[in-house]
Amino acid sequence: MNFRHKYMFLLPGLLVLLGILIFPIGFTVRLSLSSWDSFYPGLDFIGIENYIRLFTDDLRFWEAFGRLSMLSLTTVFLQYVIGFSLALMVWKDIVFQRFFRVLFLIPMMTTPVIMTVIWRTFFHESLGPVNDFFNLFGMNPLWLSSEILAKFTVILVEVWQWTPFMFLLLLAGLLSLPKEPYLAASIDGAGPIRTFVYVTFPLMAPISIGAIIIRLIEASKIMDTVYVLTSGGPGTSTETSSFYIFIKGLREFQFGYSAALSLTYLIIMIISFTIIAKILVKLMVRGN
Amino acid sequence: MGYFYTTLKYLAVTLWSVFVIAPFLWAISTSFKDFQSVTNGATYIPWVDFEPTLEGWRALWKSPAQGGVAIVEPFFNSVFVTAAGSAISILLGTLAAYALSRFTFKAGPIRNGDITFFFISQRIMPPVVLAIPFFIMLGKFSLLDTLVGLILVYIVLLMPIAVWIMVDFFNKVPREIDETALIDGCNPYQAFYKVVLPNSIPGIVVAGMFCMIFGWTDFFFSFILTFTEVQLLPVAIVALNSSITPWWSLSAAALVSVAPLVVVAFIVERFLSKGNLSGALK
Repeated sequence: MNFRHKYMFLLPGLLVLLGILIFPIGFTVRLSLSSWDSFYPGLDFIGIENYIRLFTDDLRFWEAFGRLSMLSLTTVFLQYVIGFSLALMVWKDIVFQRFFRVLFLIPMMTTPVIMTVIWRTFFHESLGPVNDFFNLFGMNPLWLSSEILAKFTVILVEVWQWTPFMFLLLLAGLLSLPKEPYLAASIDGAGPIRTFVYVTFPLMAPISIGAIIIRLIEASKIMDTVYVLTSGGPGTSTETSSFYIFIKGLREFQFGYSAALSLTYLIIMIISFTIIAKILVKLMVRGN
Repeated sequence: MGYFYTTLKYLAVTLWSVFVIAPFLWAISTSFKDFQSVTNGATYIPWVDFEPTLEGWRALWKSPAQGGVAIVEPFFNSVFVTAAGSAISILLGTLAAYALSRFTFKAGPIRNGDITFFFISQRIMPPVVLAIPFFIMLGKFSLLDTLVGLILVYIVLLMPIAVWIMVDFFNKVPREIDETALIDGCNPYQAFYKVVLPNSIPGIVVAGMFCMIFGWTDFFFSFILTFTEVQLLPVAIVALNSSITPWWSLSAAALVSVAPLVVVAFIVERFLSKGNLSGALK
């Protein structure tokens, strides 16, 4: 179908999005070639100096990036495993099916930063319920101020918040699966485990890949939770890339340098997602 | 299915339910506490562990000068920005999605798929990359710290979601519907408005819900682009967290902000059970 008014449908949205985006992106590129900071605000031209500094003299950025990779891969893996298990459990044959489905969806409807504020009181080291429990055994773990436990707490909060999203996509996928393969499997006498390995999992592979990629993209932006829960601390032990760029740009006002960081980060992200998507496709659809 | 498997399943589902509910129960309990019951270590059950008061809830209406937290105005700011941002995104997104699903676009090497990808790929953009240019750009147009500025930013945030869901949805609405309408003498606008749109309500509802979720729960942009004149709910509450606000009013405020969208969970489940969502999400 074709007609000459087709642009009337497409252009309003496209132009608005382009209009709001073109300047920021172009400006970021130009900004990354300048030394704009709070002492000398202005668009001078210093070539690729910012990039040289970033690649040769900024260990903190690369550490933050490594931490981000660790955090996002771990959380998304946990979300996928838990989300898929939960989806399978409430898929069929369960009492209070609708109750559990609604309940499992609720965390993704809540505002991450606000729940994090509550989690902070929940994990409070002297007044929170978690340590009230651990005190029974004479322990007092420092959930927010020890380097390892702070990472654990960030992961736990992220898993609580976003497993529902995985659950939703996977349950929607399960509910739309065709019936015939299951009929064939039961005629062949396959048990529940074999049915899952040979029927459900392969049929769910495309949806799984989509869900994992979407979650990885969102997880790679993680910063709200970190900001409220630990402010990147103790030290820099929970600092992620976004949070580091935020500190450089909007706390220390090194606009030029943080623009260079942003672009490098964005490009690394796009390349990693392409590679991860390829690997996932290879891993999960090898059967067909 | 053996007893062992069934027991394990119910055990797992119950454990996860406890984990999901725990922070809410804690917040509800805390919102009725007073100074004594918070600072003497963790307490849980009202009337047994502590004497409940309504102080935390009363503080929501009071101004900070009276010891309150004043979240009524931020609440309505959030409602307005989310509603306006979602409405504009859905309107423009639905039109663009319809065009991308029905008509062929060609410009050099660019095809429909590329344009769709351009829309959706905006979700890859980390907020922090856009934050500084937005900060400077809105400053130039004197839109920093205004509702209009925030709505503009929310359109960038939400339109990709609307386009993503609606393109998939329109691809599943049979083309015969439009073609019949055209043969019956409608012009393309009428065909869209009178025939396609009424058949797309489920898709629009799903897209609308997702826009509302992502708009209502956004923190970063409102945190950076507003200061004192305009405050959205998440920013207001996080600001309480860093001041010496008592936990009881903090918890009450958090619950008020989280409650409206919990309703959305029920609607999503409804769609899920009817099988409408799987179509709209794939």
